Amino acid sequence: MDFLRPASWEEALAAKAEHPTAVPIAGGTDVMVEINFDHRRPDVLLDLNRIGELHDWEVGEDTVRLGASVSYTRIIENLRSVLPGLATASHTVASPQIRNRGGVGGNLGCASPAGDAHPALLASGCEVEVASVRGTRMIPIDEFYVGVKRNALAPDELIRAIHLPRADGPQQFSKVGTRNAMVIAVCAFGIALHPSTRTVRTGIGSAAPTPIRAKAAEEFLAAALEEGGFWDNGKIIPPAVARQFAELVSGAANPIDDVRGSASYRRHALGVMARRTLGWTWDEYRGNERSARCA
Amino acid sequence: MDGTSEVGLRINGKPFSRVIDNRTTLLDLLREQAGVTGPKKGCDHGQCGACTVLLDGDRRVNACLLLAVSLDGADVTTVEGLADGDRLHPVQQAFVDHDGFQCGFCTPGQICSAVAAIAEARAGWPSVVTPPDTPPGPVEPTAAEIRERMSGNLCRCGAYVNIVAAVREVAR
Ligand SMILES: Cc1cc2nc3c(=O)[nH]c(=O)nc-3n(C[C@H](O)[C@H](O)[C@H](O)COP(=O)(O)OP(=O)(O)OC[C@H]3O[C@@H](n4cnc5c(N)ncnc54)[C@H](O)[C@@H]3O)c2cc1C
Ligand code: FES
Ligand code: FES
Repeated sequence: MDFLRPASWEEALAAKAEHPTAVPIAGGTDVMVEINFDHRRPDVLLDLNRIGELHDWEVGEDTVRLGASVSYTRIIENLRSVLPGLATASHTVASPQIRNRGGVGGNLGCASPAGDAHPALLASGCEVEVASVRGTRMIPIDEFYVGVKRNALAPDELIRAIHLPRADGPQQFSKVGTRNAMVIAVCAFGIALHPSTRTVRTGIGSAAPTPIRAKAAEEFLAAALEEGGFWDNGKIIPPAVARQFAELVSGAANPIDDVRGSASYRRHALGVMARRTLGWTWDEYRGNERSARCA
Repeated sequence: MDGTSEVGLRINGKPFSRVIDNRTTLLDLLREQAGVTGPKKGCDHGQCGACTVLLDGDRRVNACLLLAVSLDGADVTTVEGLADGDRLHPVQQAFVDHDGFQCGFCTPGQICSAVAAIAEARAGWPSVVTPPDTPPGPVEPTAAEIRERMSGNLCRCGAYVNIVAAVREVAR
């Protein structure tokens, strides 16, 4: 096994172009498991750890450009106020040791339906910046996951950063597992309210071949909120609306039975998480509205 | 390229360099080449925490999930590097005082992890159980906080109650 250690981003792209089958390694918390268990024997490993800019983030006026290798620990520590959904999801990834190494670039590289970042990324509506020696392109998150553990990267491309809109409203993430730490999610749900566009976005993990959005649920809720004037009057969402939203979220899933849970349990749990996280985010929105009006 | 590389790092303050197979994990380098056997191999895939060491100060990592070649120039601290001569590190002493182990297999990893966990709580880093309205500053080391912050370390003997007591004493 050869080990390439490019010292710059340009060198890394050149190396990936020359060795398209090279396996990039960032935190290594997925790659090393495969190597230690001999599930994968890459001829060439491409170590991204010397590339400083992958560990940096920039908070702009409207968006956050998050380097692919920024660890979950750093996200929790530094980006809670601008990326609350992703920070909440980061809290529940694996263990403190793994959160010190792993990051969103690796989660996207695996594109496992169980990755905890995905529901938050889908709900935020971000774009993934990928690059090769041929140039840079932005992939909308809705087009990034193309199959079971497959993403939209070409063989010569690497993930440079994720561009996330700064939160314009409350965001939540919830996951079901047998205990909080170190479990692969049985299923997970992320929600983001976007008051500036009066829309709601969602993300579902571990309940379909890829991470997905519950689009029918999003559209139903946005229409119900608009119709009732809820964004302006800040009233409590009627239970019937919350219930319908939850049912549509359950219906969006296409889960399987496996050792971690049955399909019907997953659908049920998703509905419960959808109703709960909607309640939390809406309470927070109403609270903010009220204090904004008082000020 | 023949699948080997030279790597140089500091282990408990002492320089160590060697030409190694590129597939060597930090855990195997420590145990089999450097003779540092405190870190244990429980699972070899990040689930048990028995291999926990401190990287470049007090950042805890699983040594089984790191390739040694990627650590050229790094500073690694294992349980062997915590004591000050004959004086045990406060976390080591607390594990002795509170009987924070039975067989001791998980203990080197527990202790390294606890050193980092205490530093993180003191630095004010929140955990998933920290209430959102907690004021900035050191996080109160409740039993729930310690359990959550130590959740990357398993103990087959189930010495958790005493481990929490030991960590709590030092964190206070
Ligand atoms: C015990 C254990 C528990 C875990 N629990 C969870 C959990 O609860 N939730 C969860 O979501 N994940 C979990 N994971 C999986 C893992 O920690 C995450 O997926 C993490 O985000 C991976 O990041 P990394 O930097 O370590 O990735 P790496 O292992 O370095 O890489 C992962 C994949 O992405 C590719 N890659 C990395 N960076 C790039 C890049 N810049 N461009 C292109 N491709 C790239 C790699 O080639 C590889 O295919 C767990 C892992 C372990 C070992
Ligand atoms: S041996 Fe490294 S975590 Fe178990
Ligand atoms: S003391 Fe035996 S595994 Fe923890």
